Amino acid sequence: MNYFVIFLGAMLVNNIVLVQFLGICPFLGVSSRISTAIGMGLAVMFVMTIATIAVYLIQVFLLVPLSLEFLQTVAFILVIASLVQLVDIVMKKVSPPLHRALGVFLPLITTNCAILGVALLVMNREYNLPESIVFAIASALGFALALFIFAGLRERLELYDVPKAMQGAPIALVTAGLLALAFMGFAGLA
Amino acid sequence: MSTTPSLRHELTKGFLKENPIFALLLGMCPTLAVTTSAINGLGMGLATMAVLLAANTVVSAVKNLIPEKVRIPSYIVIIASFVTVIDLSMGAYLPDLHAALGIFIPLIVVNCIILGRAEAFASRNTILYSLVDAVSMGLGFTFALTTLGSIREILGFGTLFGSQIISESFPGISVFILPPGAFLALGFLVAGARLLTARLERAAKARKGFITAAEAAKAAAPSRRPQGAEA
Repeated sequence: MNYFVIFLGAMLVNNIVLVQFLGICPFLGVSSRISTAIGMGLAVMFVMTIATIAVYLIQVFLLVPLSLEFLQTVAFILVIASLVQLVDIVMKKVSPPLHRALGVFLPLITTNCAILGVALLVMNREYNLPESIVFAIASALGFALALFIFAGLRERLELYDVPKAMQGAPIALVTAGLLALAFMGFAGLA
Repeated sequence: MSTTPSLRHELTKGFLKENPIFALLLGMCPTLAVTTSAINGLGMGLATMAVLLAANTVVSAVKNLIPEKVRIPSYIVIIASFVTVIDLSMGAYLPDLHAALGIFIPLIVVNCIILGRAEAFASRNTILYSLVDAVSMGLGFTFALTTLGSIREILGFGTLFGSQIISESFPGISVFILPPGAFLALGFLVAGARLLTARLERAAKARKGFITAAEAAKAAAPSRRPQGAEA
């Protein structure tokens, strides 16, 4: 039952993009069209879940027994970077259509702070493995949801006459602010 | 870099023209997340700058030893090592600030400014230029974070660096401390920085005396910049 609370909390109440500010770069960078937003959302979901499991196992079976917790940052980022490469190679071999759809987003994910951020949050909160997986999937869904809504808003925004200095990034940031305000309505849900 | 621009140009570019936040829109996550007060913004800026200085110097020093194909992972390891050093030192000497910045200290490792400067600048320039570039970019980043933190702290609490500057009766606009305020304040700040850049460029051209009406109009309209295409 605890899982449901973690799920709602990670997806809506503490939305990873709009409340925790993780993964802002892809949020602003690949949100100009709904189709690319969906692709990026799916790619993040895929990598985030696998990365959280991998990082959890590394932490429990390697870093803690050898008392090397201070190497957390170095170990995690290397695991994530190599994992993204691995996913890329395996996906290319096993499912070429999936690779065609998500492949272009994979290199961008290595430096997506949401992946490392979720891994670190899981460690800070001392979740067990199933809780970590639920947290990772819910966070990724929250990312995809925010990205999808934001892309829809930005497609509409292209039709409007925006003052010159506000064009592009500034108006996108203000739009994101209003979206974040809307997401605050979820506070108290979980 | 085919031409060698002056050191002065390298030193001043980070403040406005190539400011990592206002112009390049890199490293947005810590910018939005930790700037609830001026001191947090300043602390985050300085921590990032320390990593940037060390990473740029080392990357520039070892650039000829690293094989082309593994350069990005090598850079990441160099950066991650320095982030760990900063993380542990801050935990020991500045525990309050360390707690306030939370996971955004280890997340400096994925700050695109640092990897971006390592790849785009330090890997092709001498140590001296890389060092100056790091100082310039680091100060620009710190400047942006401190400005945003100050604005949010003044509007949200009526204080600056913890001391009251608006009268006690000011209730504080709490939305500026909450996440939506970060987006709103930064949006207007970026727009303001663009207006200022355009105006300065126009003034510089007018001083040199070769401005035409068409150029004036062009300078007034800042070109659309790509928005942080890399994650």
